[in-house]
Amino acid sequence: MMYRFIVAAVFAASANIVSALEIEEITSDGGINAWVVEEPAIPFVALEIRVRGGTSLDVEGKRGAINLMTALIEEGSGDLDAQAFQTRLEDLAASFSFRAYDDTMSISARFLTENQDEVLALLRQALTDPRFDQAAIDRVRAQVISGIASDEKNPNRIAGAYFDSAGFGAHPYGTSDDGTVESVNALTQADMFAAHSAALTRDRMFVSAVGDITTDEIGPMLDALLGDLPAEGPPMPEAVEFALDGGVTVIDFETPQSVALFGHKGIKRDDDRYFAAYLLNEVLGGSGRESRLMYEVREKRGLTYGISSFLVPKLHAELLLGQVASGNDTMAEAIAVTRDVWTDLAVNGMTQVELDEIKTYLTGAYPLRFDGNAEIAGIMVGMQMIGLPVDYIDTRNEKLNAVTLDEVNALAADLLQPDDLHFVVVGQPVGLESTD
Amino acid sequence: MYRLIACFIACLTAAPVWAEDVTTYRLDNGMDVVVIEDHRAPVAVHMLWYKVGSADEPVGASGVAHFLEHLLFKATDQLESGEFSAIVAANGGSDNAFTSHDYTAYFQRVAADRLELMMQMESNRMNNLRITEADVETERDVVLEERNQRTENNPGALAREQFVAAQYQNHRYGVPIIGWKHEMEDLSLKDALDFYDLYYSPNNAILVVAGDVQPDEVHALAKQYYGVIPAEENLPERIRPEEPPQRAERRITYVDQRVSQPYVSRSYLAPERDSGAQKEAAALVYLADLLGGSPFTSALGKALQFDTQTAIYARAGYGGQSLDDTTFSLTVVPAEGISLSQVEAAMDDTLAKFLEAEIDQARMKSIRSQLRASEIYVKDNMQGLARRYGAALTQGLTVEDVQAWPQILQEVTAEEIKAVARKVLDRKQAVTGWVVSNQEEAK
Repeated sequence: MMYRFIVAAVFAASANIVSALEIEEITSDGGINAWVVEEPAIPFVALEIRVRGGTSLDVEGKRGAINLMTALIEEGSGDLDAQAFQTRLEDLAASFSFRAYDDTMSISARFLTENQDEVLALLRQALTDPRFDQAAIDRVRAQVISGIASDEKNPNRIAGAYFDSAGFGAHPYGTSDDGTVESVNALTQADMFAAHSAALTRDRMFVSAVGDITTDEIGPMLDALLGDLPAEGPPMPEAVEFALDGGVTVIDFETPQSVALFGHKGIKRDDDRYFAAYLLNEVLGGSGRESRLMYEVREKRGLTYGISSFLVPKLHAELLLGQVASGNDTMAEAIAVTRDVWTDLAVNGMTQVELDEIKTYLTGAYPLRFDGNAEIAGIMVGMQMIGLPVDYIDTRNEKLNAVTLDEVNALAADLLQPDDLHFVVVGQPVGLESTD
Repeated sequence: MYRLIACFIACLTAAPVWAEDVTTYRLDNGMDVVVIEDHRAPVAVHMLWYKVGSADEPVGASGVAHFLEHLLFKATDQLESGEFSAIVAANGGSDNAFTSHDYTAYFQRVAADRLELMMQMESNRMNNLRITEADVETERDVVLEERNQRTENNPGALAREQFVAAQYQNHRYGVPIIGWKHEMEDLSLKDALDFYDLYYSPNNAILVVAGDVQPDEVHALAKQYYGVIPAEENLPERIRPEEPPQRAERRITYVDQRVSQPYVSRSYLAPERDSGAQKEAAALVYLADLLGGSPFTSALGKALQFDTQTAIYARAGYGGQSLDDTTFSLTVVPAEGISLSQVEAAMDDTLAKFLEAEIDQARMKSIRSQLRASEIYVKDNMQGLARRYGAALTQGLTVEDVQAWPQILQEVTAEEIKAVARKVLDRKQAVTGWVVSNQEEAK
C-alpha cells in the first residue's frame, strides 16, 4: 500500500482547473440563450446546439421521419445540391454533425476562425433552408433501410429492441428511431419538411460556444444563424412508466457469445437523491474499473470482457440499465453473479471506504474533463439541457462530497430491486430459460 | 471498453503537430523521452510505449503481446493486483492500455501534479511483475471473452481476419492482434513472462508526456524513475519476415448467416511512411481521399453512390503509419438489386477512369486546406498528440519525420498521386473479399 500519501492533494488541483474556466452566459436580442468560453489560444471555434424533442416527436405512422430528416440536413440547401453543399464545406475545412436522439436533436460545428462568416452562413442555410431533394431522400433512405436490416442481425440491437418494446409499448421509446422498413419507405418530401419544422425550434434550444470568438459577437451571430427557425415546436410525448417486470427473456440467435441487456426503473435527473444515485451506480457498475460488477464478473471469475451499469434519465422515463456479454456456456453464471451483486448492494449497502474512494475518484476526475474546446462546449450544453446553473461546475464536487453513507444506502435499498430486474439475453445460453 | 486493441489496419493517417512545443531526450540506458507542452489546463497524459507488438510474437503464441498487456494490471513487488488502477482512480485519474501489431502502450490521464506518482508506478511494473498461475487462468478467460466480443460475434471482423491473413502470407501482420483462438487457449505463464523479460526494458521503450508540464522537470523525473533501470542487453534487432512478391490476385468469399448486408472489400499491399522517405505515403493519403474520402466529392462516391447508384457506401482507406508494408483498402456496399460482381465491376471501372483522367486541381486545393486545418484542430486534443508521437516512434519514424510530415503533405503533386496509384492499384497485389450471408448472394 505505497503511494497513498499523495491522495489528499487532489482537491487543490480540482479547484484550480475549475476556477480557470470563465463561462459567460448571454441572451441574444432574439432571445437565444448561450454559454460561451473565450479561448483564443487555438484559432478555431467549437459550437454546440441542442434542441429538446428529438425523434420522440415523430407523429403517428411516420416513425423514422425525424431520423431521416436529420440525415438529410447535410444533403443540400438553398441553391446547393448535396454534392455542391459538401464541396463548399470541404473547401472551408469545417465539419458539421447533425444527429437525432430519442429526446434531443444535436448540431455540432467546428470551424477555423478565419472562415467563420462563410461557415456560419453555410450552416444557417442548412438549418433554415434545407432542400430535401427527392434524389437525396431516396439515396439516404436506402442507407437507413440497410441499417435497419443490419440491426435485425445484431445481438445487441435485438436485445435493445425487445427491451424497449416490452418496456414502453406504444410510446415512442418503445420503437426504434430509425422506423421500420415499411414506415421509412412510406416517408415523403412533405414529411421531411414537417419533421424539420417540428424538431428544429427555438423554444427548447440550448447553445454553447468555445474557442477563438468573443462574447460580444455571439448574440448577433446566433440571431442570424437560428432566428428564422420556428418559434415553437409541437407538444412533447407524455411520461411513461417502464412496464417490463422482473424475469428473463431468451431470444435464440446462433452466435458464440450471448449478450444481455438488463435493468429496471431508475431515478429522475431532478430528484434530490440523484447525486446519491450517481455514486451508487459508480460503485455498482460505473465507468471506473473498480466497480463491484467488474470485480465479481470479470476480475474474479473471468466471465466477461466488460460489464457495466448506467443511469438513464430520459425526459419521459427513467431507467437503471446494465449490459454484459459472455460465452453461451457462461452467461447463466454471469447473470447469477450480477443478481447477487445487485441484491447484496440493495440489502447491505456499500461501505464507508467504498463511498470515500468513489468520491475521491469522481471529484478528482471531474476537472480533467475540461481539457479541450470541444469537450468544454459539450459539457456546457449538457448542463444547460438539464437546467444546471453556470456555477454548478464550482459546487458540483461539494455536493457530491456532501452525500452521506446513510443517504446512499437508503437510496440503494429503494432503487435497487433485484426482483424487478429483467434480463434480455440474445444468443444460445446454456441453462437459461425464459421466465415468461 | 478499456484495454483497447489499436485499430492498426483501419486507422487513418495521423495528422501532425506544431514542432515548437515538443522536446526530446534520450536517457543513458537508451530510453527516449518526448515532452509535448500544452498549458491550457493543469492536466497531464503519461504514456509509456514499448516497441513490441503482436507482429513480434513467437510463432505459436499469437495473442501473447495483448495478453501480457492485461497482466500488467496484476501484482508487482510493490503493488497488489488491481492496485495500479485503484491508485490512479484514487487520484482522480484514468488509465488504460492498448496493443497493436507494432506497439504496446500504457497511459494515465491525471492532474499534472500527479505525474511523479505515475512514473513511480509505471517504472515499477516495467521489471517487477509478480503474476501467478491463477492470474493467467482468469485473465485468459477474459481475453477469450474479449475475442468473442470483438471477433467471434462479429461476422465483419471474422471476414476481415480471413482477408488480412490472405494479404500477409509471410509477415506476422497476417495474424490477428488478439491472437488465433486456439493459440490463445494455450497461452501460459511462461509465454507471458518470456515475452515480458525480453521486451519490457528501457532501451525498448518510449516515454511520452503531454500537458501542463515543464520539459526539464519531466526529464529529471524520467532520469530518477526510468533512468535507473538497466538496459536489456539481449534485445533482438527488430527484423521481421518480409512478404514475398505477390504474383497473383487473391479472392475470398466469406459466408456467414449473420451477415445482413453483403459487401466487397479490396486491399492492396502499399508502402508505409518510412523515416526520411514519406513522399509516397503522403501521396497515398491524397489518393485515399480522392478515391473514397467523402461520399459526395470522391471518385468512388460520385460514381457509385450518385451517378450510377450502384452502391449505398463506397470508401477508400489508407493507414500509412506502420513499421512494415501496409495496405490501401476499398469497401463498397451494393445498392438493392445490384450484385457483388456488378458493384465490384463498377468499382474497377471507376479506378480505371481515375487513372486515365486529370486530377481536379480544385480538389487538390481543398484537400490541402483540410490537412492544414487538421493541424490546428489537433492541437485541441492533447492525448491525440501524445499518441501520434508514441505511435510514430515505435513504428520506425523519428520526431523529425513527424514534424516534417505536414509540409510533405502540403507539397504532394497530382503527378505523384498518379504514379503511386498506378503502382499500388494492381489486382495482382491485392486481396478481394466478398462477405455474404449465403452462397446465393455470392454472384
